[in-house]
Amino acid sequence: MTAPVPPKTVTPLADGEWHRLHPASPLLRGGLVFIAVLGFVIANLRERIVDMFVFVFVPDLGDELDSNYGEWQNDWANDPVGAIVLNGQVGWALLAVAAVVIAVIVGFWLSWRMHTFRITGEAVEVRSGILFRSHRSARLDRVQGVNIARPLFARLFGTAKLDVSVAGQSGNVQLSYLASALADGLRADILRLASGARAERSKAAAPGVAGITVSVAGATDASMPVDAAGATDASVPGDVAVPGDPAGTGSPAASAHGPVSAVIGRRVDEFLAPELDPSLAPPASVVHLSVGRVIASTLLGGTTISILVFVAVIVVGIANGQSWVIFSFIPAVIGLVGYLWSRITKSLRYSIAGTPDGVRIGYGLLSTANQTIPPGRVHAVSVTQWILWRPFGWWSVKVNLAGQSMSASSEQAQRTIVLPVGSAADVGRVLALLLPESAGAVEPLVAVGLTGRGAGGGFTATPRRAAWLRPFSRRRIGWAAGSGVALFRTGALTRSLVLMPLARVQSVALSRGPVGRLLDLAAVRVHTVSGPVQVVLPVIETAEGRDLFERLAADAVTWAASDESHHWGAIARTEAPA
Amino acid sequence: MPDSDVPHPDADPSAWPSPEAAGPESSSPEASADDVPAVEASGSEEWKRVSPKYVIVEVVGSLVGTALFVAAFLVAYFLFDWWWALWAAIAVGAISLVTIAFEPRRVRSIGYRLRDDDLLFRRGIMYQRQVAVPYGRMQLVDVTRGPVARALGLADLKFVTAAAATAVSVPGLPIEDAERLRDELVALAESRRAGL
Repeated sequence: MTAPVPPKTVTPLADGEWHRLHPASPLLRGGLVFIAVLGFVIANLRERIVDMFVFVFVPDLGDELDSNYGEWQNDWANDPVGAIVLNGQVGWALLAVAAVVIAVIVGFWLSWRMHTFRITGEAVEVRSGILFRSHRSARLDRVQGVNIARPLFARLFGTAKLDVSVAGQSGNVQLSYLASALADGLRADILRLASGARAERSKAAAPGVAGITVSVAGATDASMPVDAAGATDASVPGDVAVPGDPAGTGSPAASAHGPVSAVIGRRVDEFLAPELDPSLAPPASVVHLSVGRVIASTLLGGTTISILVFVAVIVVGIANGQSWVIFSFIPAVIGLVGYLWSRITKSLRYSIAGTPDGVRIGYGLLSTANQTIPPGRVHAVSVTQWILWRPFGWWSVKVNLAGQSMSASSEQAQRTIVLPVGSAADVGRVLALLLPESAGAVEPLVAVGLTGRGAGGGFTATPRRAAWLRPFSRRRIGWAAGSGVALFRTGALTRSLVLMPLARVQSVALSRGPVGRLLDLAAVRVHTVSGPVQVVLPVIETAEGRDLFERLAADAVTWAASDESHHWGAIARTEAPA
Repeated sequence: MPDSDVPHPDADPSAWPSPEAAGPESSSPEASADDVPAVEASGSEEWKRVSPKYVIVEVVGSLVGTALFVAAFLVAYFLFDWWWALWAAIAVGAISLVTIAFEPRRVRSIGYRLRDDDLLFRRGIMYQRQVAVPYGRMQLVDVTRGPVARALGLADLKFVTAAAATAVSVPGLPIEDAERLRDELVALAESRRAGL
């Protein structure tokens, strides 16, 4: 820790050479479907196949089974299996099946051979495809976050999916799948390279490089044992390494013949280990969610209300003898219950912590995932509270991140939820992680913004006539600004406070409709990258709105010019000597 | 270009007490300065108008759209004898004519201004909208030309930021202006480049 650390990477994968993925990857990516189909076919044909063996090898028993043959008939369209057997083409059929199986295996093997990735100082690159080659490259200075997902099946294989998200729709580069523990180390490598720390370090390899750089090195050291275990763990022959890569092939080969029980034991350990590696995070900053709160908050959500409504409709329908109600509503109820269940399991074992390379969020009970949001990648934050959560003082925190499209999958939607449910104190801690530069300054504003009404505490008030447009939330609506963050407070039924880092503003709009002009009211909207957070102040006095518009437009330019958080490693270096 | 042909939702003038349905030639900058949420000039630059010829693009687009709708309704009326289709055709035609009458007024409400650090854009008479886009946030600047606009020597200039909602497009610029402005803005964006 005290000595200058040589530019050492956590894993042998980030050395700028081409590497392969985990050999089970093709199977995990698409092969499971194939196996499932195969299993289904075999399960359904089992009796037929047994019958056929009898027919082919013990023809004497034919009398007993004659009735069956009659049914088989020579009907290719309806019963190809029976026709094959009757025509004595069993050998050909078996050959065809074998050919298909071999083709699939060769295809898997080829797709594994051809699917390579490399991590250089500038970019993460992935080459894949057998006939149609594709080459994706994500520039490291555009990396918006690195996510690791471990679906249940992948966990059984001890593998994980690494997803490097970059700005832009569907611009993500996926490494699926990697050995589970290697994935963690590789993420640390990518983020460290992206932070610009490496360039800085090679430029000035002086012992004075303190601060973040050293703590990164600390994290590196801490995860080394984990990494070693991972390398051996994933050492089903082949593994991730390219021939000629000493670190990748050496240790796995040595332990490839280790006892199977040890592998299973390690897998069990992995399964039970906490999602967040405790050695990587200062424990004080971690928010812990109790199981009870997760379940209660989900049950008090809007989904439960719709389930109750549906159940009521079903009960009333049955009572009135309208049996069609069952068929039309029960599937919806099942779907909603499934959604609730997945919400709960995904929120379990939730953890959030600040690491040198960004905010690390982990969640999931069976399928686990975690993501790291590097500093300066949060484009907008919203803190919301639904009305049923109000008695408990629960809030949830969502963010807008670049590279998350609006029509995102549920997996991506999950990534924008930074805190599924938490108290106001938890919100404060999460905000301190998300907006480290300004969280301290805006803390009193946040306190007022969460529950406050009317003028005061730094927030503006909305004129009485705004009740024509916003009858319930009029007194809530207001804005405040402090330390590079604009705060928009809205919502009465669903209280909402939006924090907009001014350095991330894309553009600002002021708009006014016919009613607004009659009432001399306008709306101010700040445009950010797409996501769940809408930064809107729905009503504001026109003159004040113009001032706010001007102020936001000017501040956006000023803060963007002074913002350097996208090269956070470099900042740490320049700040450290001071 | 279909998006320049479609009548803009701003166009519903039913509640708008037109003080002046003047033609495109009387496009003095002061004429409508009171009914757009214009900010007081902080830079030296004035609001710039788009070419008055852009009215023709809008009118032709509206007429084509109206003609299609009216024709469809009339076909329905004559083929199937649906009486309501005739009323629908009349209604669509009447609304379109009123919309077209306000077209010059709407085109004159479109304005842009290059300030020191950002571009201001405004449009709309019923639904007024004003957007400020910092130069450093522009990801790309697009010049597009529809068939009618091309015949008139006009082009649309479209700004794309990382936010889809920005949606700033200055229509009806003379093609040389559009290209000069594009190069200017790209150079500005390059010199003010901020991260994301």
